Amino acid sequence: MANIMIRTAVSGGLTFYLPKRDLEASISSIEFDTQEKWGGELKLDNGGIYYIDPIARPPRLPISLRARRIGAAED
Amino acid sequence: MTTLSREETEALIAEVLEVYPEKAKKDRAKHLTVNDQSIEQSKKCITSNRKTLPGVMTVRGCAYAGSKGVVWGPIKDMIHISHGPIGCGQFSRAGRRNYYVGTTGVDTFATMNFTSDFQEKDIVFGGDKKLSKLIEEIDQLFPLNKGISVQSECPIGLIGDDIEAIAKKTSAAIGKPVVPVRCEGFRGVSQSLGHHIANDTIRDWVLDKRDGVTMETTPYDVAIIGDYNIGGDAWATRILLEEMALRVVAQWSGDGTLAEMMNTPKVKLNLLHCYRSMNYISRHMEEKYGIPYMEYNFFGLTKIIESMRRIAAFFDDSVKEKCEAVIARYQPMVDAVIARFKPRLQGKKVMLYVGGLRPRHIIGAYEDLGMEVVGTGYEFGHNDDYDRTIKEMGNATLIYDDANGFELEEFVKRIKPDMVGSGIKEKYIFQKMGIPFRQMHSWDYSGPYHGYDGFGIFARDMDIALSNPVWNNLLPPWKKVTAEAVKEAA
Repeated sequence: MANIMIRTAVSGGLTFYLPKRDLEASISSIEFDTQEKWGGELKLDNGGIYYIDPIARPPRLPISLRARRIGAAED
Repeated sequence: MTTLSREETEALIAEVLEVYPEKAKKDRAKHLTVNDQSIEQSKKCITSNRKTLPGVMTVRGCAYAGSKGVVWGPIKDMIHISHGPIGCGQFSRAGRRNYYVGTTGVDTFATMNFTSDFQEKDIVFGGDKKLSKLIEEIDQLFPLNKGISVQSECPIGLIGDDIEAIAKKTSAAIGKPVVPVRCEGFRGVSQSLGHHIANDTIRDWVLDKRDGVTMETTPYDVAIIGDYNIGGDAWATRILLEEMALRVVAQWSGDGTLAEMMNTPKVKLNLLHCYRSMNYISRHMEEKYGIPYMEYNFFGLTKIIESMRRIAAFFDDSVKEKCEAVIARYQPMVDAVIARFKPRLQGKKVMLYVGGLRPRHIIGAYEDLGMEVVGTGYEFGHNDDYDRTIKEMGNATLIYDDANGFELEEFVKRIKPDMVGSGIKEKYIFQKMGIPFRQMHSWDYSGPYHGYDGFGIFARDMDIALSNPVWNNLLPPWKKVTAEAVKEAA
């Protein structure tokens, strides 16, 4: 489990940030994206996959969450 | 001066890598690349923020350098104790030219060196008592200090002194904030982790201390984040922002104070100049206080105008109008600078190797003067820095991460740039090779380089370096082949 932060990118999409490793990547897909259920598997553009427990869509971004690593981007 | 094609540059990299043993070659190959603007992610072409190869001459610093030297050091009304042996504090004292206003030793302390001067007995028995005594002594001798930070050097982490406990105890005793910073030099791979640690301690020990206190605010409050006022940079920036009718509440951390930092959560917008060293705190403020941050670039005419318009776009029309008025007012001044220096600098090629924000931020300033950056690299950049750099650099230019002395020399020998911009450790090597050099860490005793005022100085400095008559006299007279000598020989 790792602390991550999700914020809105300048271009409009979502950005994933892992402070522990200073890793910034944009989120290419999010599993659940509705008002009441938001989260699930996050696919990153660098090839990594993280999982966050689905929650109600946060009213404001950025938000810090606990995430589980499913597939790491090899680096 | 030669322009290399993509294949030639690739061949150059391969040639430079030839000297390494197999394993080292494989490792270094990942850090050197030829720029390809079509790549979206730097990760595909360059690896960064990795441990330096043992045995090569790196130019990186340590976590202590990142925390004490960069982030905490310039905060002028605090006393920063270099906790540990005396050398780290002494050799980093006042070297970075973070200008500030105030009477040093009375109400400001940025250029002074405070250290606990560890001796053998402190290593053996621990330095806790010494530190608490030191802090109380400092508070007696310099009663106008607003707070103290304890910057750990390597031995503190090795012997495991509990500086957090001392900080809490002494903070209560002197009634001022005492911030323990765990920035031991051996942490991380470069100074970059020191920035992160320093940002985290600011977040934990400083930022929320005035959360309940109200402050008179305006809708135009901004903070300058990540400008260290090298040679007056932050002042040049501040002038422009204030002319746009914005109110600069805080300067982080050049010419900055502790009170300014505590008031920062009340601003409307954080203006982030050095992304690498202060993105951490900006991200935190964005999440906790909902303050958006915006990266900007005040090097060179094009980027200044672009950044000012972007900043103004965040506010209402009155700011936008003033922004346009400022741009129009400075235009004749900049036109004069360009008219004077561009013909002298046109077409010259520059290689850069610096840290933080400069490898990408000053490219625009050189381009405004008609110069071209043919190689750039970060000492301690991360992938997100390179992501931002790829678009700024031309195609088939060289990008190097954590380059060492040997690699830089070889690159310069082959690419033959007209000028190199890097740090003091590289300066004399390249000057002896006969290449004009500017120190781009602390502007070679000059500055400021930010803003319109800075652009004029930047252009002048580049011209001074390039047009120096000394470059024509590098060959001793007896080695000069004159036309007569050739005739005589024949």
